[in-house]
Amino acid sequence: MSVVALDGVTFGYGDRPVVEDVSLTIESGEFVGLVGPNGSGKSTLVALALGLARPDSGTAELFGTPAHRHGDGTRVGYVAQQSTRQASEMPVTVREAVRMGRYPHVRWRFGEDDRAAVAAAFDRVGVADLADRKVAELSGGQRQRVFIARALASEADLLVLDEPAVGVDAESRTAFYDLLDRLNDEGITVLLVEHDIGVVTTRTDRVVCIDCRLQFDGDTAAFAESDALSRAYGPDHRPLEHSHGAGHAHESPREESS
Amino acid sequence: MTSTTLTSLLFVLAPVERAFDAFVGLFGDAACAAGRATVGGVFCEGYMQLALLAGVGVGVVAPLVGTFLVHRRLALVGDTLAHAAFAGVALGLFVGSAYEVAVSPEVSALVVAVLAALGIQTLVERTDAAGDVAMAIVLSGAFALGTVLMSLGSGGLSVSIHQYLFGSLVLVDRASVGLLAVLVAVVVGTVALTYRSLVFVTFDETAARVAGVPVRRYERLLAVLTALVVVAAMQILGVILVAAMLVVPVAAATQVASSFRSSLALSVVAAELAVVAGLVVSYYAGTQGSGTVVLLAIGVFCLAAGAARLPPLGVRARVRSRLGQRDGPRTR
Repeated sequence: MSVVALDGVTFGYGDRPVVEDVSLTIESGEFVGLVGPNGSGKSTLVALALGLARPDSGTAELFGTPAHRHGDGTRVGYVAQQSTRQASEMPVTVREAVRMGRYPHVRWRFGEDDRAAVAAAFDRVGVADLADRKVAELSGGQRQRVFIARALASEADLLVLDEPAVGVDAESRTAFYDLLDRLNDEGITVLLVEHDIGVVTTRTDRVVCIDCRLQFDGDTAAFAESDALSRAYGPDHRPLEHSHGAGHAHESPREESS
Repeated sequence: MTSTTLTSLLFVLAPVERAFDAFVGLFGDAACAAGRATVGGVFCEGYMQLALLAGVGVGVVAPLVGTFLVHRRLALVGDTLAHAAFAGVALGLFVGSAYEVAVSPEVSALVVAVLAALGIQTLVERTDAAGDVAMAIVLSGAFALGTVLMSLGSGGLSVSIHQYLFGSLVLVDRASVGLLAVLVAVVVGTVALTYRSLVFVTFDETAARVAGVPVRRYERLLAVLTALVVVAAMQILGVILVAAMLVVPVAAATQVASSFRSSLALSVVAAELAVVAGLVVSYYAGTQGSGTVVLLAIGVFCLAAGAARLPPLGVRARVRSRLGQRDGPRTR
């Protein structure tokens, strides 16, 4: 059974398709990078895969069930782009935030198992020393690690991250991707939506590139050799080299946003 | 249906009604004794005991629900539903005067406020209207309906509605305290049962959705709970000021809270402080009760905001000691 299975998925607003006829499957244990220009439908594709939106045509399955009916919150952990407004304003502690990951498991009382799972998630991600700090007081990198811990507390076997390192400093960013590598080595399936093509080509096993339609789906080495970048980003595309890590490159951005 | 009839319905079981009466009596005696020991005989008057009981109940439920509203940036919902409650009161009074049917304004307010709460959610979900646009439509629509109904009724209608607009401590009776007690029990019980999901949805809506939490259902629940709180608080605070108790104590608590749980507890403490102090001040100074309570709540917010900007005690001590070292011991 595939973790994610999209078959001929199309979705749009009015007459304008955002995602058109995309088919792909993600198997257990894979580390998949999803890239595409701004406005290419990356986040929409993730929403379809997670059942947050229903395709206009085609089918989207999550762990073998229609994604929109998949109610098992214990299997998927979601980390959004640089935390929500509430995360920077609500007086929620790191402990409270990580405990939220257990909520799908808890029926009445927060039991010993739940406390043990939270403690294990703290240790795995290395945020135990932040437990009593408010999430709003943390740096961008620390916050994203907390949200990973929340996903691990839920015992998720699929981690979906939507541009998680936007606004995170270079050092924390490297540590963050190292953590994702380690979790993937431990067997967790990772779907990483990234604007930083350098990250995708150095960290992931497989690259999916979309620009409304699927432009490329294959292993990372083949992606670097292919013409998918110029097809998706246009012939004028050139990677923007900069200093936050070897091999890093960003797409030439388009004006529209997703 | 009058308030008395409603109470009779609510307390079908005579023992429950007797227990309620006994509780009101005990609460009144305790409030009188505590008042005499501190601020004088303000709470030895029967109507002030009922106003205090109602105020204490509102002081619990308003910040309890308001915490979730404020952090979801839905503070305007309270105002919107208060205006809907106003239309409900006008409707109850109009039907009562035009058709000589006894309709409790509290019950008609409750029905209209709950319908408005669900209406806002439906507008947001089914149309392109953004949340604040939907609220603006319902707020102005409800107020317009209320004023039209008032103009259709007799002159006495506008006199009756005045007490609901601005609140009245004198007119709080046992029946309305009984209704309020039921509303408080429903709100506290519902929040306790759904606390985890409400917190998750408030903190990270998308992650909650991915985790299988039915977010829309909880949004509707929160809107309905807000309608219940608005109606519960309407009699003493009035529809114009009721939203303040949903927002101001929460804003005060957020300044100084170290966790979400503590922010809930502190917001209730802030609300209770404002209610008790507001009742005492309004009794002795002869000021309007609801306005006094809300002004004091804003005072509590200002104090909390000031306290939050003071450096922690340890830091202050270190700064003092460092300043002392720099100045050095005075030499003769």
